[in-house]
Amino acid sequence: MTHSRPLLAFLILAVGALAAFPIIGDEFYQELVIRLMIMGIFAMSLDLLIGFTGLISFGHAAFFGLSGYLLAIVTPESEAVSIWFALPVCLLGAALAALVIGWFSVRTTGIYFIMITLAFAQMFYYYFNENQDLGGSDGIFIFYKPSVAIGGFQILDLNNPHTFYYFVLVSLVVSYLILSIILKAPFGQVIRGIHANEARTRALGFNTQHYKLVSFVIAGTMAGFAGFLEANAGGIMSPAHLGWHESGTVMMVVILGGMGTLYGPVLGAFAMGFLQDYFQELWSDHWLLLLGVFVIAVVLFLPNGIAGLFSKFTNKKEDGK
Amino acid sequence: MDFATFLIQILNGVQYGFTLFLVASGLTLIFGIMGIINLAHGAFYMIGAYLSFWLFGMSNSLWVAILVGLPIMVIFGYAIERLAISFLYKRDHLYQVLLTYGLILILNEMQKILWGSDFYSVPVPEFLSASIPMGNQEYPVYRLFVSLVCMIVAAGMYVVIGKTKLGMMIRAGATNREMAQALGINISRVFAIVFSLGAALAGFSGMIDAPLSSVYPGMGDFILIISFVVIVIGGIGSVKGAFVGAMLVGLADTFGKVLVPEFSSMVIYALMALVLLWRPQGLFGRPS
Repeated sequence: MTHSRPLLAFLILAVGALAAFPIIGDEFYQELVIRLMIMGIFAMSLDLLIGFTGLISFGHAAFFGLSGYLLAIVTPESEAVSIWFALPVCLLGAALAALVIGWFSVRTTGIYFIMITLAFAQMFYYYFNENQDLGGSDGIFIFYKPSVAIGGFQILDLNNPHTFYYFVLVSLVVSYLILSIILKAPFGQVIRGIHANEARTRALGFNTQHYKLVSFVIAGTMAGFAGFLEANAGGIMSPAHLGWHESGTVMMVVILGGMGTLYGPVLGAFAMGFLQDYFQELWSDHWLLLLGVFVIAVVLFLPNGIAGLFSKFTNKKEDGK
Repeated sequence: MDFATFLIQILNGVQYGFTLFLVASGLTLIFGIMGIINLAHGAFYMIGAYLSFWLFGMSNSLWVAILVGLPIMVIFGYAIERLAISFLYKRDHLYQVLLTYGLILILNEMQKILWGSDFYSVPVPEFLSASIPMGNQEYPVYRLFVSLVCMIVAAGMYVVIGKTKLGMMIRAGATNREMAQALGINISRVFAIVFSLGAALAGFSGMIDAPLSSVYPGMGDFILIISFVVIVIGGIGSVKGAFVGAMLVGLADTFGKVLVPEFSSMVIYALMALVLLWRPQGLFGRPS
């Protein structure tokens, strides 16, 4: 990822604003911002597939929800679990699921890929929905956030709202940096090549299936990380977290923000979050109807998303120099 | 499992397969011919079921409900095609997914506004409400009737697609859209017809299914995902594939519930994975 100067300035300002927010914002909005940052990580991971590799996954919520459920499973009822155990379990679980689903899915393209990822995600959904040991359709509570300690000495107390806020903010920045580095690396060039023209990339001697699978696993693992944070933030995991409405929402967030930009999906998460809030206030019973109209409007009138507007604006400026 | 139970499960599986076929065949034709992935197809099934509930309430007859409901479904499908889908022909699949996802949100909420969130039921017509004794169990006549009707519809489709001029245009459009257009076929009219008929098929399936299952919010979402599995198994664009896929899924799901109840919801996905391993393009699909 190369960043133009105005964009870099914007990103630094945005992170600064997020870092300053808990000092001025009230507690309700602080919690909302935590959820939106988590959605931002989730959406960035999907952007790696949709925007950069050209894989339209409609089952991305599977990894998000699976990881959250894994945290619920490894957390005992009466005490906290160590993060050094819980986090690797969640990430490995998500990665393994992505490896298996991806292995089947990347053999196909186009509409097949969309339908297969959706179908496999629904398989997880029905599994958790019907598993009464894990709370069935009601979901399962996570009573204690993991402990972060070295040698019995506590480093971070995630139960402190401020600490947790900054933990999520740092997670967001680190996730962004990791994806930026991956995309700058030769691997990133190859997956973009696949997006632009898979046949040509294959003709250059790259095994495109392997690259697509690795991209799928990276994205799934990062979605799992977002799910881990979500389970911490909400304290509950329900089948809805891996249902197809969740996959649809995160896809919408990516498009609204602007796919293929990495920072766009984070913008999209914030825009979508505040919009949902607004719609719910406007028509609390049937706000999804407003959301549906909005989704269609974005597809028809704003296909490149908010980042598309933004880059149009900055490019114009650079042209004028 | 004794023989009577086995037979009943077979009949149930076949009947479920026929219902799926009516939904999946429209979906696969819309993919194959128009190149459109239509997530709102399940919503058509739901609308059909609610129409049959609503029209039954006014006329007290399922037959009147179906007769009045079918034209409504055709008009509804036509309107959706003109107002929304026709913008998508040249767009990426991603935008098709999103726009039709938006349609689902709207249609699901409209359903809640019009009919609320309660579960409803539609009674089985009087003269079909009997049951046939089988061993120490009974099998409802209405289920047999549904299978029979679907069989007739499937045969009708076979004739229309295989033997008529419209069918020829549909097949030509599915094989090579540009060539069909060059030969003077009005492809956008064929698209509109296919989409309206697909909507009507899904709606019809919802209507005759209403007395068997209850009518409830979100019923379309479930049938949509299963139809995707059917199409992936059968191969996109192939009506024959949709038929075989629907029967396989119907039987696998029914027997899965009896034989491995703990994993019943996962059986059909395992089946899909197996087929993909063997033939990534589906049983009757053309390799891409």
